[in-house]
Amino acid sequence: MSLGSPLLPEPAEIVEKRSYGPSIHAYRLRLLASDARPRFDFVPGQFNMVYVPGVGEVAISISSDPDDETLEHTIRIVGRTTRVIDGLGPGDVLGLRGPYGTGWPLQEARWKDVVVVTGGVGCAPVTGAIDYMFRRRANYGRLTIVHGVKKPSDLIHRERFEYWRRQGDARVLLTTDEPDRAWRDRSGVVTELFDEIEFDPSRTVLLMCGPEIMMHYAIQNLRHRGLASDRIFLSLERNMKCAVGLCGHCQLGPEFVCKDGPIFRLTRVERLLFTRGL
Amino acid sequence: MTGAKPAPAQFLARADLQHLLDALRARGYRVVGPVPRDGAVVFDEIRAVEELPHGLREAQQPGQYRIEASGRDTFFDVVNGPGSLKPYVFAPREELLQVEPDGRSFRAHETLPDAPKLAVIGVRACDLAGLAVQDRVFLEGRYPDPHYAARRRRLFLVAVNCTRSASTCFCVSMATGPEATQGFDLALTEQEQGFLVRAGSVAGEEVLRALPLAPAPAEALTRERTSLETCAATMQRSLETADLPGMLYRNLEHPRWMDVGARCLSCGNCTMVCPTCFCHDERDEPLLGEPDEAGVRSVRVREWDSCFNRDHAQVYGLNFRPKIQDRYRQWLVHKLGSWIDQFGTSGCVGCGRCITWCPVGIDLTEEVRALREPGG
Repeated sequence: MSLGSPLLPEPAEIVEKRSYGPSIHAYRLRLLASDARPRFDFVPGQFNMVYVPGVGEVAISISSDPDDETLEHTIRIVGRTTRVIDGLGPGDVLGLRGPYGTGWPLQEARWKDVVVVTGGVGCAPVTGAIDYMFRRRANYGRLTIVHGVKKPSDLIHRERFEYWRRQGDARVLLTTDEPDRAWRDRSGVVTELFDEIEFDPSRTVLLMCGPEIMMHYAIQNLRHRGLASDRIFLSLERNMKCAVGLCGHCQLGPEFVCKDGPIFRLTRVERLLFTRGL
Repeated sequence: MTGAKPAPAQFLARADLQHLLDALRARGYRVVGPVPRDGAVVFDEIRAVEELPHGLREAQQPGQYRIEASGRDTFFDVVNGPGSLKPYVFAPREELLQVEPDGRSFRAHETLPDAPKLAVIGVRACDLAGLAVQDRVFLEGRYPDPHYAARRRRLFLVAVNCTRSASTCFCVSMATGPEATQGFDLALTEQEQGFLVRAGSVAGEEVLRALPLAPAPAEALTRERTSLETCAATMQRSLETADLPGMLYRNLEHPRWMDVGARCLSCGNCTMVCPTCFCHDERDEPLLGEPDEAGVRSVRVREWDSCFNRDHAQVYGLNFRPKIQDRYRQWLVHKLGSWIDQFGTSGCVGCGRCITWCPVGIDLTEEVRALREPGG
């Protein structure tokens, strides 16, 4: 039915909703049409347009594993459409179209060491990739996860970070700018932790997601330590309305972030990325 | 539409131009042409040649457009107005989907326009070039747009070669005019006695067979060459295109952006009159009242948007282009630079509309010249 039409949303039922604080929820969705799931095969890092009938669409990355039958989207309640999604739960039906854009280089990263640097609630697009690597742990070398949040309450998916930490074969560093008394991890910005992480630039791939200012300093730091730009991958965020490179809103120089990204190899965007107001 | 090599010219007497309109209407086309209205020449439906801007020409300057008497017995001396072919293929507002409830779920259907056969008379070479750019954007990507396609294949284009230019024109720099060389069904060159006519497609040839034509006199052909060459040679504006994308990318921090940002009102007029600007918004609109027979409760529409709108690059709290200078830079660098990376062609066809219809008269050719100067 939706074959050949990239714009038609496919009905999907919410089968599970998990909340991380009052304004972030992860929704597991099952496509209602029994034959629809193969059309939604994705690579972690890709996104779907999540549709509320009569209200609107939002671009949300897929945070579940590609082998799962259901599709998970972690949604922050920030605007008109997400406020409606906020009130929905199991049994309610949303629309999905996708998947769109590029994914994380999880094939290219096989047999290499992987460093994941994330900041703020921007970690949702990369949690699926981390889970993916843990489920296929033997395929990847040393795994280091560095995650920074402004304040402790911004740390969503804490149970996932704890789970990854418990696996024992990955280094998980959490930090906050504003530690409170309950905070047991580091304090400061993520780049301050880079001195503690060890990596061999010749066999490391970096996956990064978060505020651009954080990525800017992280790139400076890690390049200084010998990591080449073509080993650095970023997930960018821009205004996405159509998801097919036609509406024009998500442009960054020549790139349509919705279809040429949202995951970019740094070499492709580095001359544009940190020019202000572009 | 394209493909066929333009046939040899024939001659249509001035008094017989009405036959062309009639022949198109007889073939089921709604016929649109330039008509004077509210102090400008715009495209609108015409039935009689008397509706064309007879004996008129326009004076265009940055931020200025005036229609005046030409004292000549011509229909096509007005080069262009604010309207291009764009709205006839990329509708200013268009329904994309209809959505109806289905129990706790929903059903969505794509809606395609019921596009009538449309003939446009008086299309300029720059407009044909603009349409070719739009074809690349809407039809040649990974997701060809069915709405654009439905309108595009119903178009019949009657080009008019430009024998005079407006002061804002720079099609010679962009290699798009003043002569229409491809992408038309018929092309006319207006002369005192009548029109040299050429077919550019099979459909065009078929229409020509219905017209009272004479062989083109050799002298008329010579005069045509001279008038086209004179038009090109006397064009007042120019844009240096050598290394233009590279120059723009190297000058993203040039002080001129701040200068033009202070003059630009961010009104978006340039993007509305531009024959190639394609930015649009998409949103869902609930239908109020009782559902119609099909039970439709909401529609998704798309509507022209502009990169000059303040929220164009905004994602909830974050605005990537908060300043007017950021948005002017986005427009110009995209139009003349990154467009080439994206679509293999410049986004500018040299029609000059953005110069004329800018309320403060910002002239992109002037901005490019200033950007080529070393920044302070």
